[in-house]
Order: sequence, then structure tokens, then C-alpha cells
Amino acid sequence: MADPKSEPRRPLPNAKEPDTGPFWQATKGHELRFQQCDDCNEVVFYPRRHCTRCLGRSLTWHTSSGEGTLYTWSVVRQSYHPFFRSRAPYAVAWVDLDEGPRILTNLVGVDDPATDLSIGQRLVVEWEDHEELAIPLFRPA
Amino acid sequence: MAERDAAIVGIHEHPSRDVEGTLSPLQIKAECAERALADAGLASKDVDAIYDAGDGGMMSGLGISEYLGLRPDVIDTTMVGGSSFEFHAAHAKRAIAAGKARVALLTYGSTAHSNAFAIGVGGRGGSGMPGPAENMERFCGMTLVSNYAMVARRHMHEYGTTSEQLAEISVATRAHAMRNPEAVQAMTDLEFLDIRETTLADVVGSRMIADPLHLLECCMISDGGGAVVIASPDVARDCAKAPVWVLGGGEATKYPENGGDITTSAAAQSGPVAFGEAGVTPAEMDVAMIYDSFSITVLTLLEDLGFCKKGEGGSWVEGGRLRFDRPKDGPALNTDGGGLSSNHPGMRGIFLLIEAARQLRGESCSQVDDAKLAVAHGNGGMLGSRHCAGTVILGRD
Repeated sequence: MADPKSEPRRPLPNAKEPDTGPFWQATKGHELRFQQCDDCNEVVFYPRRHCTRCLGRSLTWHTSSGEGTLYTWSVVRQSYHPFFRSRAPYAVAWVDLDEGPRILTNLVGVDDPATDLSIGQRLVVEWEDHEELAIPLFRPA
Repeated sequence: MAERDAAIVGIHEHPSRDVEGTLSPLQIKAECAERALADAGLASKDVDAIYDAGDGGMMSGLGISEYLGLRPDVIDTTMVGGSSFEFHAAHAKRAIAAGKARVALLTYGSTAHSNAFAIGVGGRGGSGMPGPAENMERFCGMTLVSNYAMVARRHMHEYGTTSEQLAEISVATRAHAMRNPEAVQAMTDLEFLDIRETTLADVVGSRMIADPLHLLECCMISDGGGAVVIASPDVARDCAKAPVWVLGGGEATKYPENGGDITTSAAAQSGPVAFGEAGVTPAEMDVAMIYDSFSITVLTLLEDLGFCKKGEGGSWVEGGRLRFDRPKDGPALNTDGGGLSSNHPGMRGIFLLIEAARQLRGESCSQVDDAKLAVAHGNGGMLGSRHCAGTVILGRD
């Protein structure tokens, strides 16, 4: 048996990164959060301290339903990283959340990501728990 | 036709794609600088403007000046990946037109192959920049190829583009490479398995790297480098070779946006600016030197530059239209063999300028008859997420 401690691990985000830290801290409670500008209503994602439309700093956090549609995806068959190499082939995707944000993620819950996915299909978030945060993956709804 | 403010007067492409650890990037830059200045009939003392993309190290405008023994009056260290050199050419035109400089030197050197840098099919992807975007993306293992593959997938979905249509780009580029002895040597040195002209079936039958992109739709990883000398009209008239005028330039950014269109690149913004400044249209181009990191990059950029409508690139490239010996059908594509089959050490933009200049001098291995106008378009960063675009229009007397 391989020593579980030596198994390759998913590279995790930094939960203290200045702009996106609050997003990652909320994932621990399985909240998928995004921001909206109080002044111009722009949906801001990835998270920032300011609005990408008006540069105002009055932003309010909202929690997504975790539902969305598949914008596009690829099946990675060759990867540089030991963790991802151990997972290949795997699907990486841009997903449009119903509230507006477009998020980069992995798709899970399909037998063959090359044939069992289609653009526009409905997806729902599935959390992968880690010690300090959770990773938002998506599966067919 | 636009003002003739500045011209490419000297070019050099380093002949080796595998320096086997015998040269550093800086040494490649210096060697190419000497050869390009000699090509122009100029000397290093004539250089008064230096352009550098940081490939020789930090503080690059200072480092390259000291290394080459230059005392430039204009120092420009614009670093936007593979499009850096198109930015440099446009900036050099502006600086020369403003009277700030007379002879500009652009250099590039890389040992990506010797150092086994993780680009091409082994590329790491990610945002390419540390910070908040990287912190949102690195967890999901988006490799470099899959970044571009997601553009291809969406393009196929929206417009019905096929893998066979994308393969047209690989096939035309390889046909040009087979006519270029340096490209054939490159493929030999980099141990390509089958060094010959390819068919559409070869490309779509090659191994899938990241669906829907196959191995033969991906650029090589080479060592290499080059240099370009750009001079004012009074200097250019006395140079050894005919001037290749920098007629127009455009630059732009593109990044992921909520609800945005991944199939449209920054070229849609930079292209019209460059063609407008030059006072010419895409239909007038004899040669299109388009950054071919992957097949989908070229298809997307051809559409965005206005050679055909958005979404019609697939049918537009069919039937070998991009070959050098089909001038009535539009521009010849990447007549040196491109990044796919000749030279891709990481930032290919300088080779786009060099081969475009060769064509307009009549020096290409796949020479387009009576070539008068060329476009060089660099894409720096990643097509499917964030990238810069640099478009340069070139013309001869």
C-alpha cells in the first residue's frame, strides 16, 4: 500500500489572499459566494475589493444557489502535476452560475467526460471538503 | 497608405532549435542582435532604442543594455508574452515618428527546450499571473492546452466548426515547414516522429491531448531566438536591404468576463486599429503571420482580424486555402512553418515579424509571388482566459 501521506494532493487556494480570501473562507460552510456592486449593480466575479464597472468599493456578498449551465469544457489527458496526472482524464470547465458569475471548475459525476457532457447542460455544485476550505466542483443536476 | 515613419531594416532568426545547453538566452539575444544589425548594414553604436520582453532576466531594459554595451535613449520593457514583439514594433514606430530615436533593436532568446520548460503540451496553464485570478483557478488543473481547447469546444458548439477544419491550419503550416530547411532541422533535432507533409486524417488521428485538441494541433517546444532592427526613413534608405515599412499597429487585452464570449479574442479590438492606421484592409494582405500556439488560436484570430466573419473560419480555411501557392484565395499563413512546425521557444511574436519581413523582401522559402502587404499578429497569454493582442501591418515600397 502506498503511504497516504505521499499521495499527490490537489493544489489548494490561499484562504488569506487579499481579494478572494473571503470567498474561500465561506466555502468551508459550503457557501458559493459572489459580489454585486451597490452603486451600479454589476456582478463582480472573481471577487475583488472594488467593482469592475465603476471602481466603487461598496460591494455586497451574495450566496449562489450553486446551480448553473455548462459554458464549455475540455478533457485533460496529459498534465504536469502529480495530483492531476493521477486523475486524468478529467474535465475542466467554465460554468455559468444562474446569478451571473462564470467560474472555472472541474466536472465530476460522469462516467466518461469526453462523451457524457454537453454545452448548456444543467449543473449543480458539489463540495470537496478540505481542512480550511472546500472546493466547488460541479456535477450534472 | 499610411505614413512611412519607420521600417524593419534588419532581421535574424537563430538557426538552432536545440542549443544543447551550449548557449544562454542572453547569448542567443546578443548573437541575433549582431546578425540583424549586420543584415541591415548597421552597427551596435547606431542603436539608440532598446525593446525587451524580459527574457534575459529582471530589470531587462537595463540588463540587456549593459550586456550589449548600448546607451539607448529609449528603453521599453513591455512584457505581454508572445505578443510583446508586436507591441515593441508598434512602439518603435511611434518613438521614431516622434523623433525620440532612429534605430531600434528588438531581441529574443530562449532555451525552453534545453531547460524543459513546461509549455506546449506539457504547459501548466493557470492564469499566468500570481494573485486573485490564479487563486480562483489553480485548484482545477487547467493545463495550457485545455485552456485553448475550451475555446475550440465552444467554437464547435456555436458555429459547427469541425476538427478537420482546424486541422487545415496544421496541414498548411507543415507543408510550409517542409520547404524550410531550418524547420526540417528543428523537427529533426526535437525528435518529431514523422517529418513529412501531413494530411487532415493525420492530424485528427493523432493523440488527443485535451479534447478536442490533438497532438498535431499543438506547437513545438524549442530553443531559439531572433532580432529585429527598426529604423527611421533616413536611416532605412541607406541600409543594405529594402525597407519593410511598419504601417500600423494595434494592441488590446482580453480576460474572462461573466457572460463573455470565449470565441472572440483581443484581436477583434487590436485588428481594426492596426488596419485603420495602415489604411488597408484584411482582403489586401498577401501574407498572414498569425501566432499558432494551437490550431484554434489561428482560426479565432483570422476571424477576429476580419479575414472572414466570426464563426465562418472553419469553412473559410477549407481546401488548403492558407497555402503559399494559392494567392488568389487570400493570405498565405505562417510561411516559415509556424510554431506548429518550425519555431516556438515560448514567445513566438518576433518570428512573425521576421518571416513577414522575409516575404516582403522576397526571401521566404515559401515565397508568395509579389508579396506587398503582410499582417503579423501576436497573441500573448492564453486564448481561453486572459491574453494580449498585438497586430502589426507591414508593407514594402
